[in-house]
Order: sequence, then structure tokens, then C-alpha cells
Amino acid sequence: MIKYILKRLVMAIVTIFVVATLTFFLMNTVPGGPFTAEKSISEQARKNLEAKYGLDKPIMQRYVTYITDALHGDFGISLKQRGRTVSSIIATKFPVSAKIGGISVLVALILGIPLGCIAALNRGKILDNIIIVLATFGIAVPGFVVCTMLLYFLGVKLQVLPTTFGDGSWTHFIMPVLSIAFYPTAYIARLMRSSMLDVLGQDYMRTAKAKGVSQFVSLFKHALRNAVLPVVTYVGPMLAYTITGSFIVEKVFTIPGLGREFISSVLNRDYTMIMGTTIFLASLMVFINVLVDIVYTIIDPRIKLK
Amino acid sequence: MSEYLVNIQDERLSFFTPAGEVKALNGVTIRVKEGEVLGIVGESGSGKSVTAYSLMGLTAYPGKLMGGSLDFNGHHINDMTEKQMRKIRGNEVSIIFQDPMTSLNPVYTIGNQICEAILLHTDKSKKEAWERAKELLTLVGINEPEKRLKQYPHEFSGGMRQRVMIAIALACEPKLLIADEPTTALDVTIQAQILELMMELKDKLGMAIIMITHDLGIVASTCQRIAVMYAGHIVEYGTTDDIFYNPKHEYTKGLIRSIPRMDAKEHERLVPIEGTPVDMLNPPKGCPFASRCDQCMKICLKEMPPVTQFDDIHYTQCWLNQKAEFDRQQKEDRGGAANE
Repeated sequence: MIKYILKRLVMAIVTIFVVATLTFFLMNTVPGGPFTAEKSISEQARKNLEAKYGLDKPIMQRYVTYITDALHGDFGISLKQRGRTVSSIIATKFPVSAKIGGISVLVALILGIPLGCIAALNRGKILDNIIIVLATFGIAVPGFVVCTMLLYFLGVKLQVLPTTFGDGSWTHFIMPVLSIAFYPTAYIARLMRSSMLDVLGQDYMRTAKAKGVSQFVSLFKHALRNAVLPVVTYVGPMLAYTITGSFIVEKVFTIPGLGREFISSVLNRDYTMIMGTTIFLASLMVFINVLVDIVYTIIDPRIKLK
Repeated sequence: MSEYLVNIQDERLSFFTPAGEVKALNGVTIRVKEGEVLGIVGESGSGKSVTAYSLMGLTAYPGKLMGGSLDFNGHHINDMTEKQMRKIRGNEVSIIFQDPMTSLNPVYTIGNQICEAILLHTDKSKKEAWERAKELLTLVGINEPEKRLKQYPHEFSGGMRQRVMIAIALACEPKLLIADEPTTALDVTIQAQILELMMELKDKLGMAIIMITHDLGIVASTCQRIAVMYAGHIVEYGTTDDIFYNPKHEYTKGLIRSIPRMDAKEHERLVPIEGTPVDMLNPPKGCPFASRCDQCMKICLKEMPPVTQFDDIHYTQCWLNQKAEFDRQQKEDRGGAANE
């Protein structure tokens, strides 16, 4: 186990390094630069700015400088938000996104798993059909439509929930969380339904019944643990995406989160910010994947990490 | 309480599939005394397993009991609720399934799965159940029970897993053990070991066994009574000697002809039963075996033959035997008349 984790750690560092390198060069091949959008800036002023941030140097030299700095924990200062370091921006924005994202994932799991189980247990009956239709609907409708509809009906028409994020008290969380959890809930319900159906047809479920185990116990003890693996596989990467924030949801509800920061940094060619957020997201993804692997071994003893 | 542990009378059971009603059992009568071993033989789909499962209330979803009465150990199964059934399952009647590789839950230890049955049906504490589980593993011939109990099914071989299944089945010392093709998925040497173990335990614990199989070799060596099933009917029933040395139904005869024999002459070929099993969705009007029977008569296609009883135990459902009986009686009558 320890050996496995060490091995994964080495692989993680390599992965993050590759991601950083690719991003760095791709980012620089895109036309434009951080200061091209700003009007009323003289040629000389632009050159001075570029010189200040070291953008006038050849790309290889800039790459080496960036990587050395990054290895020392210095991700530079944002080219757009003057005077703020990339690290401090991530440090202030990430907790907001992570909180909303984390709650959304929890909601998706709490709703999705039981819905999938109920559908599987009532296979072919009305309840199953209702859940399938809802799940298909949930997968088909894009997030921004959900956001806007919620905002319109709950926020504007009924006026029961605040339309902006405001001070971030719990009522402000409801709509963003619902919007983000919408798709994963539907997806988990479908995933759970199909894997549950598969498990319910297994011989060991018949064995459990033949032992005299009640349906309730056989479902929770014998079926759920076997059926939940595909959901774990899905939830891992999903968690990484949701806690780093959704651009659309954060934009619609004016949430000061990381998702917005990430997208606008790309649009603004805020080079240091792009690099910082990309590396952050990549590290998070790698870390969560290791976590998922460990969770696997806890759920299914047949899986051994080597 | 009747003299029989199991008394199934004229059981009729159908599966309602989208394609139509499949009559899986058409009047099956089975009786098993305490400590007796009954073999049910027949080809796939003949209703062997369905008969046994219905006794445990394990009939799968589209199946429905259409008639007959099922009694087991003083319980009238027909009237029992699911909750009452649960108290019997794994307690008074247990089952061993065909495939030990898939019949154990892969994510729980063997100990957990054996103790589950013990804890469900007895007042034992967890610790006592664990001790009992250890005893059971020793009983079924698994070494180092303490260590093995903590292992998962994937750490056991097929034969070992079947032993574990037997241990689970025996956890509460059932009156009846249903063995649904217990050795089909195992290789031959392991088969012999498992059968030997089952017979040994039967003698030790005094339970009755219903052995479901399509291997005539197994029934010959283990069973006292044999029921031969075909298309949801028991076409012949008798003691092992009756079935092997004095078969009356053409299907039974065909089955026995198709077993390889030690004393066969060189180059002698096995005689297969030609044709295919009946379509259970559209069963024929007469005897279901008629289309494959060499001795088929006109009446066989029109009407289901009645039971011909040879002695207290041995009976068959075949027109040929009715005819033979009829001829014999005619002759007797004529002989009687001549004497007068």
C-alpha cells in the first residue's frame, strides 16, 4: 500500500510536469497577449510592461524561469489583477468553489444513489419509468438552462431565494448547489440503476435470500457495496471538476469562485494565472484519483494495489 | 404432522412471460421422508430446480403457483407470508447452488457470510457464531478454519467454495438440504469429494436431501428414491433399483441407454435420445415425450397418460404401460372365463 502510494506520487509529479509544459507552450502559441486588449496604451508602454513581466525574453528562457520559480513555490503575480499573486487568488477563491462543489457532490450522491436503487428495485414499473425519464431529462438539459430557470422561477417570480450570492449564508447556496448537482444526480441515478440491476441478478443475492436474509438487509448489505463501484469511479473526477468551480453557475449567481477566474484568465491571456489554475486543477485531479483507488480497495477486497 | 417431511401434491406452477404462459410444472407430486435422499433427474428446463425452489419460496419473479399443495416439516407453504418463509429459509431448509464461484458475495469474508445465517436463526452472540462457523468449516473439511474465516471468496478454489456453501447451508442444522446440481461446475475428482462429504454429513446430521442433477451416475450412488422429470411432469418415480433395473417409461429407458457402460462391447455406440425438448410455451396436447418416443401410439398424441402404479412406490405416466396393464387384465379375465 505504502509502496503503491509512493509510486503514484512519483507518477503524479511527472503528470503535473507534463501538463504544465504542454499548457505553457500551447498558451504561448495562441495569438495575442495579456496587454493587447487594453486600449489607449502606447507601443512604448506595452513594451515596458512586457519587459517588466519578462515577456520580451525568448520562450525557452521564460519556460525555464517559470518552472524553476514554480518548483520554489512561486507561481508569479497575476498579469491582470495587479499586485496579487496567483497563489493568493487561488487561496481566496478556491474555498468558495470547493464549498459549493462539495455540497453539490454530496447532494448528488444522497439523491442519485437512492433514486437509482429505487428504480432498479421497481424495474419496469411506473416508479422506474418516472425515474428514468427524470434522469434522461437531467442529463439532457444543459447547466446554464437549469441555472436560468431556477433563477427565473425561484428568484424572480416567487422571490423565495436570493438571486445573487451576496454574503454567502445558506439560502444563497441552494440555487447554485441545485444547478451544479442537477447533472451528476441524474447521471449517478442512471449508473446506480444499471449496476444495481446487474448485482440483483447475481447468484450471491439468491444465496442471501436462501439464507433467510430480509430484502432490506440483502439490499443494503449484499447489493449496495457491490453496486456502488461504478459510482465511485465516476464521482472521483466529477468531484475534482465541481470543487474547482463551474464558470456558468458562478457567473449567473455572481459567486466569487475559482471557476470564473479560470475561464477569464484564459480569455485575458493572463499567463501566470492560466498556469497556476491549470497546475492546481491537475494536482487536484491526480490526488483525487489516488484517493479513488484507495477507496476501491476498501469497498472491494478483490482489488489489490501494486 | 404427516409421515413425510416434504409433501408436494399436484403442484402446478407457471411463468408469465411476455411471450405467454410457460407451464413449468404440471402436477408434480413429491414426498420425502426424514433422512431420505431423493434424486430429481431430467434435462434442462424440465422443472427440477423450479420444484425445489418453490419449496423454499424462491420462485423467481414471473413465476406463480397455480395449484397444488406444498407441505414441509409441518408448515403449509402455500399460506405462508414472506416473513414466515424467511424464518424457514436457511434454518429448516437450506440450499446449495450449482455455481460456487458466483454464489458467495465477493466483498464479504467467508466468516461474515457463515455467521450471517447463524445470527439470523439462532440467539447466539457474535462470538458464539464465530466459534460455530469455525466448527462448520472443520466439519466440511477446511483446514485452518480460524485463518480461512477471515479470507474472502476469491481466495478459495471452486471446490473449497462449494464446501463453504455447504457450511452455510448446514449452519442451522436443517431438516432438508436441497442440492441444486452441486457438482456440475466442479471437476470430476472434486465432484467425488463433495458428494462423499454430503453423504457423510447426511449420516452425521440425519437430514433429508433433495439432489437435483442431470448426472445419473450421481443419483445412482447417492439416492434412495428417484423422480424422473420431463416437461414439468414426473414421468417415472421409484426406488433407485426400480429406475435403473426396471425402467418403465421410454424416457427413463432412453436416459439409461445413453449412459456409458463398463461392460459394453467394443465399438458399441451410446444411444442418444433423438429430437429436442418440447416448447414449453406451446406444450403438446398428449404426452410431452410423444414426439421423441420410438413407441409412440395414436393416443399418446391426444391425451396425457394416467398414472400406472406398479407397487407402493414405483409409478409411471405412459400409455404403453397402461396398454400392457390392460392386456394383462384382459388375458386374466379371459383365462378366468375359460376356467369357469
